[in-house]
Amino acid sequence: MSRTLYFGFLFVFLILLQVFVLNNIQFLGYINPYLYIIFVFVYPLKEKRIPFLFASFMLGLGIDFFSDSGGIHAFSILTIAYLRLFFVKVFFRKYPIDYPFFVLNLEPFGKKFNYVVTLTFLHHFILFSFANFSFQNISHVLLNTLFSSIFTLILYFLSIFIFSKKQ
Amino acid sequence: MQQLIYFFQRFKYFLFFLLLQFIALILIFNNLNFHKSKFVNSANALSGGLYNQYSNISTYFNLQEVNKALLEENRLLRKQLDQNKYFNFFDDSTMVDSTKYLQKFTYISAKIINNNYARAFNFLTLNKGKNQGLEKEMAVINGKGVIGIIDNTSNNYARVQSILNRNSKLNARLKNSTYFGTLKWDGEDYSIVQLTDIPRQAPIKVGDTIETGGKSTIFPEGILIGTVINKNKQDAVDNAIDVKLFNDMSNVGPVYVIKNFHKEEIKLLENPENE
Repeated sequence: MSRTLYFGFLFVFLILLQVFVLNNIQFLGYINPYLYIIFVFVYPLKEKRIPFLFASFMLGLGIDFFSDSGGIHAFSILTIAYLRLFFVKVFFRKYPIDYPFFVLNLEPFGKKFNYVVTLTFLHHFILFSFANFSFQNISHVLLNTLFSSIFTLILYFLSIFIFSKKQ
Repeated sequence: MQQLIYFFQRFKYFLFFLLLQFIALILIFNNLNFHKSKFVNSANALSGGLYNQYSNISTYFNLQEVNKALLEENRLLRKQLDQNKYFNFFDDSTMVDSTKYLQKFTYISAKIINNNYARAFNFLTLNKGKNQGLEKEMAVINGKGVIGIIDNTSNNYARVQSILNRNSKLNARLKNSTYFGTLKWDGEDYSIVQLTDIPRQAPIKVGDTIETGGKSTIFPEGILIGTVINKNKQDAVDNAIDVKLFNDMSNVGPVYVIKNFHKEEIKLLENPENE
C-alpha cells in the first residue's frame, strides 16, 4: 500500500517538476532536460505490466496537457515503458523469475549506464522527431536529441548520487 | 473461439500498448490541426489554474521591464494622438457623425501565463477565456507587434497559436506600400520569421518594416511585425524574406486580444453558400 502511495506521489511530483522547473531551463535556447522518464527506471519490474504501461501513458499525457504538445510525451514514454523489459533482458540478462529481486541501483554501474543511456536516447529521439514533425530540420532533431539526452543523463546521475542512501 | 482467447491472452500487453499508442497518435495529429485541437491543451481548468498561480508569482520578477514596455507604448500612443490633434487643427471643419456605429475593432487586455518558443509548434496560454469574451480566431498583439491567434478557449483560459508555430500563416505587407505576402515560420530561430509569396517586383530593402496587411478578418491592418534582415537567400519559388520580429517572443507578458465586430459580415459576404 505504501508502495502505491509512493509511486502516486512520485507521479505527481515528476509532472510538477518537469512542467514548472525543467521546462523553463531552455539552456542555449533549446536544450531542455526531460527528467520525468526516471519513472520508467524506478518502477519495479513486474510480469503484469498493464498498470505500469497505463501509468506511464498518463504521466506523458499529463505533461502534454501542460506543454500543449498533443500526445508526443505520452507516445515516447509509452514506447520506452514497453521496451523496458527487452532492454533488461539484453543488458542485465534478467528473466521473469528475477524480477522481484531486481533493484536498478544495486546493479553494476556499467550495465546500468548502458540501460539508462539507451532508453533516454530512444525516448528523446522519438520525442523530438514528433515535436518537429518534418524531415526538413533533421539535423536539428539529432542535435537536440544528443544535447538534451546528455543534459537529462547528467541530471539523472546527479540526483541518483545525491538521493541514494549511503551504505 | 478458444484460439482467439488464447491469442488475446498471449499478446495482451502488446495489444494494450498498441491501443495506447494509437490514442497518443490521434492526439498528436489532432493537435497539429487548427480546427480539431480540442482535447489536450493547456486552456483547461487544472493546467490553466496552475499556470495562473505560477505566473502570479513569477511576474513579480520582471515588473520593471513590463513597466518600461508599457511606458514606451504609451509614449507612442501619445505621439499618435498629438499628430491627430494637429491635423484636426488645420482642417477647417471636421464632421464626426456620432450616430453611425463606426467602431470595427475592440481590444481586451490579458496576460500570458504560459509561453513556449523553443519547439516547432508553439502555443501560449492566456488568463482570460470565454467568460471574458474571448473566442476562437481572435488576434493577440502587444505594444511591439503581433503575438498570435487564439485557437482554443475554455471558460477562464485561452490557448494561442503563436506566430512561432509552423502552422501559422498571416497576411503581411511592406509598410507604406500595398505589396503583400504570407508570414510563416520555418521553426529554426525564434526571433526570425519568413515573409513568403511577396511579388518579385516589390521594392524591398534590408531594414524595411513589415506590418500586418489587413486582408484577413483577424488582424487589423498596420500592426507592426518586424524588419527585413535578409532577402532572397536562395532564388526559391516562394521568394522568402527573413524578417526579424520586434517582439522578443521569449519574454512577453501583457497582451491585447482584438475582436473584430465585422467578422461575421465579411465571412458571410465572402462565402455565401457556406452555411
